[in-house]
Amino acid sequence: MSNLISGAKMLLECLVREGVDCVFGYPGGVTLPLYDAMYDHPIRHVLVRHEENAAFAAEGYARATGRVGVCCATSGPGATNLITGLVDALMDSIPVVALTGQVSSKLIGSDAFQEADTFGITRSCTKHNFMVKNLAELPQVIHEAFYIAASGRPGPVLVDVPKDVFQGQAHYAPVNAIHLPGYKVYTEGHSGQIRRAATTMWEAERPLIYAGGGIVLGKAAPELRELVELTNFPAVCTLMGLGSLPGDHPNFISMPGMHGSYASNMAMTHTDLLIALGVRFDDRVTGRLAAFAPHARVIHVDIDPAEIGKNRAPDIPIVGDIKRVLTKLNKIVAELKPAAAGRNAAARQAWQEQVRAWKEEHPLTPAISTTEIKPQHLVSEIDRLSNGQAIVTSDVGQHQMWAAQFIRFSEPNLWINSGGLGAMGFGLPAAIGAQFARPDKLVFSLVGDGGFQMSIPELATIANYGLPVKIVVMNNGYLGMVRQWQELFYNNRLCAVELDCFPDAELLARAYGFKGRTIDKPAELAPALEEAVKEPGPYLLNVKVAPYENVYPMVPAGGAIHEMVLAPPQPVAVA
Amino acid sequence: MMQILSILVENKPGALMRITGLFSARGYNIESLTVARTLDPTLSRMTIAVDVDPKIRAQVLKQINKLVNVLQVQDLTEAPSVARELILLKIRASMDARTAILKEAEIFGARVVDSSTDGYAIEVTGDPEKLDEFIDVMRSYGDIQVTRSGVVAVSLEIKKLKLAPPVPAGVDAPEPNGVLQ
Ligand SMILES: Cc1ncc(C[n+]2csc(CCOP(=O)(O)OP(=O)(O)O)c2C)c(N)n1
Ligand SMILES: [Mg+2]
Repeated sequence: MSNLISGAKMLLECLVREGVDCVFGYPGGVTLPLYDAMYDHPIRHVLVRHEENAAFAAEGYARATGRVGVCCATSGPGATNLITGLVDALMDSIPVVALTGQVSSKLIGSDAFQEADTFGITRSCTKHNFMVKNLAELPQVIHEAFYIAASGRPGPVLVDVPKDVFQGQAHYAPVNAIHLPGYKVYTEGHSGQIRRAATTMWEAERPLIYAGGGIVLGKAAPELRELVELTNFPAVCTLMGLGSLPGDHPNFISMPGMHGSYASNMAMTHTDLLIALGVRFDDRVTGRLAAFAPHARVIHVDIDPAEIGKNRAPDIPIVGDIKRVLTKLNKIVAELKPAAAGRNAAARQAWQEQVRAWKEEHPLTPAISTTEIKPQHLVSEIDRLSNGQAIVTSDVGQHQMWAAQFIRFSEPNLWINSGGLGAMGFGLPAAIGAQFARPDKLVFSLVGDGGFQMSIPELATIANYGLPVKIVVMNNGYLGMVRQWQELFYNNRLCAVELDCFPDAELLARAYGFKGRTIDKPAELAPALEEAVKEPGPYLLNVKVAPYENVYPMVPAGGAIHEMVLAPPQPVAVA
Repeated sequence: MMQILSILVENKPGALMRITGLFSARGYNIESLTVARTLDPTLSRMTIAVDVDPKIRAQVLKQINKLVNVLQVQDLTEAPSVARELILLKIRASMDARTAILKEAEIFGARVVDSSTDGYAIEVTGDPEKLDEFIDVMRSYGDIQVTRSGVVAVSLEIKKLKLAPPVPAGVDAPEPNGVLQ
């Protein structure tokens, strides 16, 4: 036995075999052996300033590329700091592998220094988790973790590794196959159901495509576009699916749901065939379920069988990989087209016109003022500068909703936000991951003045690595989204939402060694953003916007989505 | 409504926690749960009785199926199956009631496993409803204490185990893309 290597080195070898090129992490006592092995290893370690942000950065990396993002933390507090990011990845089905150190095997259960039951704590925060009990199983477990994270419905997987496993020495034989007999991945859709779906689609009078995050995760944007163009059906994309159809595509309506457009929500309500692709009928999309798409037959394609029928029972369920299913579906839809497309063509034409009329009746138009910067004005300037090509990572709040309404993305993997969990503090660290993954891309990080203050430590990471992220703070002086609810539903009794102290952006950025600026006049907006984009390094642009602007349309929680409040001050209920 | 599930699960660390955790996270109420090794010591079989709205029965099954270590889930609620439970019952009874207790025990096929001046300890198996009746009857004779095993069930159908095949490890990992240096 000549070439023994340490567990730590073995782990890095496995990462190399998984194609990992960078790890976002933060070291500590029990991961010292791992960091020692990283010292002269080609895998790049990015030192973030808080483990939560290691998880968010790994997500940013994964969301920008579709590849597995990797984060790493020490035992105890390091591991517990990852939790929010893990749950975020679980909610949005993002492939992430989290590596955590654990106290030495012989100390487990003794309340040792920095011991936490990471395996137990993260059970419900992950798609699956592992504790490596001995070195012999380490390579197997690492490859299993990557496979589980990336396959099927993706998600976060955590591997907890005791210190003695990192330190142990063993012969390394690369693992070539893994066997998880209970882990079933359903890829091929049922061909009979796919044919039924295609036939049904040509029978519809008011069809609507409802595309979600599954299109992005399943890399099925080209197939979606093909379907839309073959059928000429209108389509909405959910918050998670933005970019899966180009934002300026003539068939694209916009986002549906709580802050969706009038046209999207009306189309959802009046459609007679809802073609649901990689979506989960989330409550923020459906509003009151009983009133959601009440006239529609539903085709539901998803890779996760548990999503089928969870919130809405479909008429045609198809479990499978969205790309493969759409490929087959498109083929049949095209085959049937010559004979079937004539049927109901007039009705579908009228439907197209109806959708267009809804769009014109209440378009999403950014409010613009000459005296104050409207938040909608800010996001539409970002839209103009990014021209559908930039990555925009968003934090959570009003700015996120305005960005989703007004920024048009030409491709998937450009719009990066915390959808299911709505985790403030996501936007800035996600931009770090995205910029590492896509050094070629212009990356905007659009954050609120609240969320930004959760992420300030990461300015150091950005400065440290010279990441040219354009941080744009939509500064309304409030926890705006909460203020909006207090105003609308709690008699404007504003409680704990004023953000009265905000650092001077120029000084703050300068303290970290890069440029920053605060603006508050509409005339300054375009030039300031252009200056930020031209700057080769990072830039912090603090934009003071109108403080009391609210996001509309708005569906009150529990309401039917066609009962939108369209605008202040007199709420208009739409029949 | 009571749903009876039979779950075949790999004996991996945390397997039980994953299942009970899933039930509590999704708000399914576990009525009883039994678990023990199968003939293959790497596997365990669980029988879970869960109190759920019939509308979400399919959903419960699908969620369990998603667990990586679960090889098979069967819903035995309406399928051909046998369900049994064991109870151990202690009864304090006066001398004059003892003969009647023994008679009743015999009717239910119960066995006395301990006898003392205070009373009896009785073992009985049966389907859970039958045991409820037995408990009611015994209660009429004196103070009782009951330990129930929870239901164990076996399907009478032969269902082939569908297992996922092995997959290549690491080798299909995509080429690393450019990382900012
Ligand atoms: C970690 C976390 N805490 C609390 C919330 C609740 N919340 C949702 S939006 C919001 C306000 C965000 O304020 P800001 O970052 O200034 O963005 P704005 O809404 O003003 O654009 C809060 C507190 C949350 N989503 N995440
Ligand atoms: Mg704010």
